Amino acid sequence: MRKIVVSIVLLLGFIMMVQSQTIDIKTKSSISRGKIVYEKYCLTCHQADGGGVPRMNPPIIQTTYVSGSKERLIGIVLKGLNQPIEVNGDEYENPMASHAYLSDLQIADVLTFVRNSFGNKYPAVLPSEVKVVRAKK
Amino acid sequence: MRISFFLFSIIMLQVSCWAQFNDVVIKTPNGFSTTNVAWDFGRVRHIVVNSNGDLYMKLEKLYNGKGIVRLRDLNKDGKMDDTLRFGNYVGTGIAIKNGYLYASSNSEVFRYKLDAQQNIVDTENPEKIITGLVDKRQHASKSITLDEAGNIYVNIGGPSNVCQEQDRQKGSKGMMPCPLLETAGGIWQFKADKLNQSYAEGIRYATGIRNCVGLDWNKEVNELFITVHGRDMLYQDYPTLYDQKRGAELPSETMYMVKKGDDCGWPYVHWDHIQHKKILNPEYGGDGNKTGVENAISPLMGFPGHMAPNALLIYTGNQFPEKYKNGAFIAFHGSWNRAPENQEGFYVVFVPMKNGKPTGNWEVFADGFSGMEKVTNLSSAKHRPCGLAQGPDGAIYVSDDVKGHVWKIQYNQ
Ligand code: HEC
Repeated sequence: MRKIVVSIVLLLGFIMMVQSQTIDIKTKSSISRGKIVYEKYCLTCHQADGGGVPRMNPPIIQTTYVSGSKERLIGIVLKGLNQPIEVNGDEYENPMASHAYLSDLQIADVLTFVRNSFGNKYPAVLPSEVKVVRAKK
Repeated sequence: MRISFFLFSIIMLQVSCWAQFNDVVIKTPNGFSTTNVAWDFGRVRHIVVNSNGDLYMKLEKLYNGKGIVRLRDLNKDGKMDDTLRFGNYVGTGIAIKNGYLYASSNSEVFRYKLDAQQNIVDTENPEKIITGLVDKRQHASKSITLDEAGNIYVNIGGPSNVCQEQDRQKGSKGMMPCPLLETAGGIWQFKADKLNQSYAEGIRYATGIRNCVGLDWNKEVNELFITVHGRDMLYQDYPTLYDQKRGAELPSETMYMVKKGDDCGWPYVHWDHIQHKKILNPEYGGDGNKTGVENAISPLMGFPGHMAPNALLIYTGNQFPEKYKNGAFIAFHGSWNRAPENQEGFYVVFVPMKNGKPTGNWEVFADGFSGMEKVTNLSSAKHRPCGLAQGPDGAIYVSDDVKGHVWKIQYNQ
């Protein structure tokens, strides 16, 4: 009896481990795809280190927009942004264009990359979540 | 033991202060020396030095609610030891002319009367001479300069990259004609002593100027000289016409002499210093080679792309060697739109001139502000040159809007 309980517990533990591993692998490949999207579509303005351009383009390092609501974050990439926002105490004067021409997967990937780079550590963004926000507009 | 520890801490404190104030080494040609005259004043944009040596700095972020700082050397030991703060607005422009200090916000220009001792008569109640100028965040800073005939010139930057239907949207077409040019994208002339002027009272002196941040009146030829920021995103938005290298190098940053009525061609064309032509922008049907706006004037000089010429000073002093007289110093703020290539700029350039025309190529005059060999990420540049001024002794001053340092550059034979 004991043996059975122990082996069930071990098995469950193993399954959970494998599961968390697969999530990790998924996120990892999303991050590496997202890096390529970032370099092509975001890097010029937000720079290679995510530090942005003083006065013009905000940093995307631990900002409330990057760490906060995924819906708002996805919305910024889809619709762009052109209103005074304060990021870590400063305002930035340039507008950000809409990137709605990127696919759900590309947007999910680039945001997952941003949320796991430059010192950020936040959960992944999924293509299904981008799809929902895109449908709402 | 105690005493030696005490001495040790004092020495360490001095070393760390020294390191703080001399966090970068500024390189200049032989015979010149550089000293730090102000440090840590925040976002210091343009600066001006009065006839008595007072240094005025215009801030782009308020400090304790104030946006202008005056530093004064009370005991004339060469160190600024008195700080006066006033003006409750942010902005870039600052100038002194005929007994008045002029300063701009992003939509207005004010002036303050100076008395015989060069003190400001009333720091709290300046005269508002210009009001209601376009401020749509982008390219909103208003640089100013004055001529010898009672006029003030104000830069009103175009609130856009190239006047697209949707600003900075890849593939969006340029508007024809560009409606922004009615109230922006040019230099406006106003009277230096009339209150509450706006567009109706001003003259659009020159147009087709995307964003001129540096401007100065050239007293040798009695004309306005400007330095202009060229458009962004040629490579990012048109990768089939401009590869990464060409998009980093183009369009040129430019220096013009502008006369009343001149058109510099923005947003329809950009200057290409490699082909030496006015090239039609792709948003207006350009293919990288087609030219356009034939009646637009050409610049006096084109510089590599995106380096951001933020200040212009035509040198009238007697301290520097003869070659510098009537030449142009230009403070390049440093680029961001060259990524993923290394960034460029972050230095002060000199262009030799006679009779308002360049007599040779540009050369780097003062370098090292960024504190790095190569700048890959803009936010890691320690300092970015933003303002220039000439002192009564003929020395020049360079300001920085990252930390808010000011350096004085002198010639010592
Ligand atoms: C043309 C330059 C430009 C490009 C390209 C660009 N951005 Fe932005 N971004 C901006 C500007 C400017 C703002 C601030 C807009 C405002 O204040 O209205 C901004 C804001 C943001 C914000 C919210 C504010 C913050 O700092 O947290 C995020 C997140 C963001 N951008 C991510 C991205 C991502 C991801 C991409 C690529 C898909 C991208 N941006 C492409 C210029 C750009």
